Amino acid sequence: MENILSVRGLTVDIPLAAGTLHAVRGIDFDVKRGETLCVVGESGSGKSLTSLAIMGLLPKQAQRSAQVLDFEGVDLQTASKRDMRKLRGNRISMIFQEPMTSLNPAYTIGDQLMEALLLHRKVSKPVARDRAIELLEKVGITAAANRMKQYPHQLSGGLRQRVMIAMALMGEPDLIIADEPTTALDVTIQAQILRLLKDLQRELNMAMILITHDLGVVARVADKVAIMYAGEMVESGSTAEVFTAPKHPYTRGLLNCIPVPGKTAAGEHLGSIPGIVPSLIGDVVGCAFRSRCDEATAQCSSDIPARVSSAGHLYRCVHDYDGPASPSMNQPKSGEA
Amino acid sequence: MSVPVLELDNVSKIFSIKQGIFGKRKDLRAVDELTLKLQKGEVLGLVGESGCGKSTLARILLGLETPTKGRVLVDGEDITTHDRAYLARRIQPIFQDPYSSLNPRKTIGDIISLPLRVHKVGDPRDWDKQTTDILDVVGLPKRVLRSYSSQLSGGQRQRVAIARALIMRPEIVICDEPTSALDVSVQSQILNLLSDLRNEFGLTYLFISHNLAVVEHLATRVAVMYLGRIVEEADASRLFAGPDHPYTNALLESVLTPDPSLGVPDTQLGAVFPNPINPPSGCHFHPRCPRAIDICSTKAPVATLHQGKRVECHLVEGAVQ
Repeated sequence: MENILSVRGLTVDIPLAAGTLHAVRGIDFDVKRGETLCVVGESGSGKSLTSLAIMGLLPKQAQRSAQVLDFEGVDLQTASKRDMRKLRGNRISMIFQEPMTSLNPAYTIGDQLMEALLLHRKVSKPVARDRAIELLEKVGITAAANRMKQYPHQLSGGLRQRVMIAMALMGEPDLIIADEPTTALDVTIQAQILRLLKDLQRELNMAMILITHDLGVVARVADKVAIMYAGEMVESGSTAEVFTAPKHPYTRGLLNCIPVPGKTAAGEHLGSIPGIVPSLIGDVVGCAFRSRCDEATAQCSSDIPARVSSAGHLYRCVHDYDGPASPSMNQPKSGEA
Repeated sequence: MSVPVLELDNVSKIFSIKQGIFGKRKDLRAVDELTLKLQKGEVLGLVGESGCGKSTLARILLGLETPTKGRVLVDGEDITTHDRAYLARRIQPIFQDPYSSLNPRKTIGDIISLPLRVHKVGDPRDWDKQTTDILDVVGLPKRVLRSYSSQLSGGQRQRVAIARALIMRPEIVICDEPTSALDVSVQSQILNLLSDLRNEFGLTYLFISHNLAVVEHLATRVAVMYLGRIVEEADASRLFAGPDHPYTNALLESVLTPDPSLGVPDTQLGAVFPNPINPPSGCHFHPRCPRAIDICSTKAPVATLHQGKRVECHLVEGAVQ
């Protein structure tokens, strides 16, 4: 299938008094229709800026450049503001992390849901209204007609996030970018929202970019995964490959950090990644992870080319690693033992 | 069994909520006739969704909130017989957000040593040494003493919060979602630290979290809270091996382990978290329960003690009888 979004060599630089902050440093990825790409990284890894760069919503001082930034034949770099406005909320939608701050408290749910449709599609109000109610029901909101008249503060966090999803779907987008859509929610609601997103994606054959720091979420929903560290994609490929045969020490480190019921022994030490993310101000040479990496050698200070693993996924590490994904991943599940 | 270090005896906390300017006052039972014991040296994990009352419970245990009904006992004595200073020396909190729980205008040294100065513990000439010692314990470099919280990372801030809590050498630490605001690699560092400190100082933890994977890792006993009540309580290994309450089961199923061969679980829970001002009749959980039977909507279940577990569910009641 053809790629709906192609990104090559995307960089985001932010000029600061102390020098230029290289927040995103030359990343490549593609997303196809019906596919879910998860972008994983910790705070400051540049994952949210990547999504804003695609949407053309970067803060004013940030500078974006790319060799390719193509959305279904539209070059997002040369697209005018007007063209971008036509795409946003219509063909590309975004779901933000905090539904409370991204919904307007002064307008009803209904007004906000209908806005995208009235703006982009020139439909009549009753048509937009019917569509909004239909989508609210689709995302599992009962008494949708009454909810239309309510304001965001009258809804719970889970309901607000559902409203955000319904809103993102109003224009039947081709691509949906969800930035930590379930981080602020309870676990039971999280599972429901993720199921809902996956179901709707299948139904509407949308491409989805899901930005998260939760590896559990990634494992369960992603077709492809890209691990970001210090503005760079250090490892990317199919989810099964990256999780079962991670090549980059950072990916392995992350997998070791999370407690897994039945696998990590209670009370035992979890893996950890010592040190902190290096400053990205000024030129960053070599592997950005080397100061925190057990396996770092002199080679790591030079340029790190992207390599292809035997399983076929990309990684940026000069060392060869063929051991287990993580010690805890290889033990049998307690339930099976 | 020895006297629990901390005990809630049939405690209720009722907030009177006014809806609208002319609205009638209504009762919100944040904590509803709850009995809970914390034994010395254990880690009690308290799990539940937002709005279930777990933070109110923590505030009651810290003495920040007085219960409407019931008694809180410290070492078997009523909490009201102790003064605030005494309690603060025995029970210390670690809060969720290390960004808002540290004073941005004070240096880290001031923040950590404040409890010593307030309580005038020991010789003032030792305070500096105690402060630097505790930094070492939580794994912070000495140079942060003169830093401000804005200069530290999230993980470092949470270490400061832990140092501040531990400098009084408390016996009980109430951790309210201590790692929720942190990145995974930092979360694991803090969890390891909490586990080391427990061994080193023989601490007792009440560990509040919505992340069951984290609770399973740290807790020796787990209490599951739903709308102000504890619906299931058991030893951690027992609870995670086979939960009896349908809600605990749903919570466990919702834990997303990083296993790419599995999809997103279907918990079969209704989406709507009930309004705590107007809780459902009978068992509060019945509208969302996939296994609800007729009696669940009319009669509140009583606690069943069953194989060392305490469960409030009609299904378990029926099975045991």
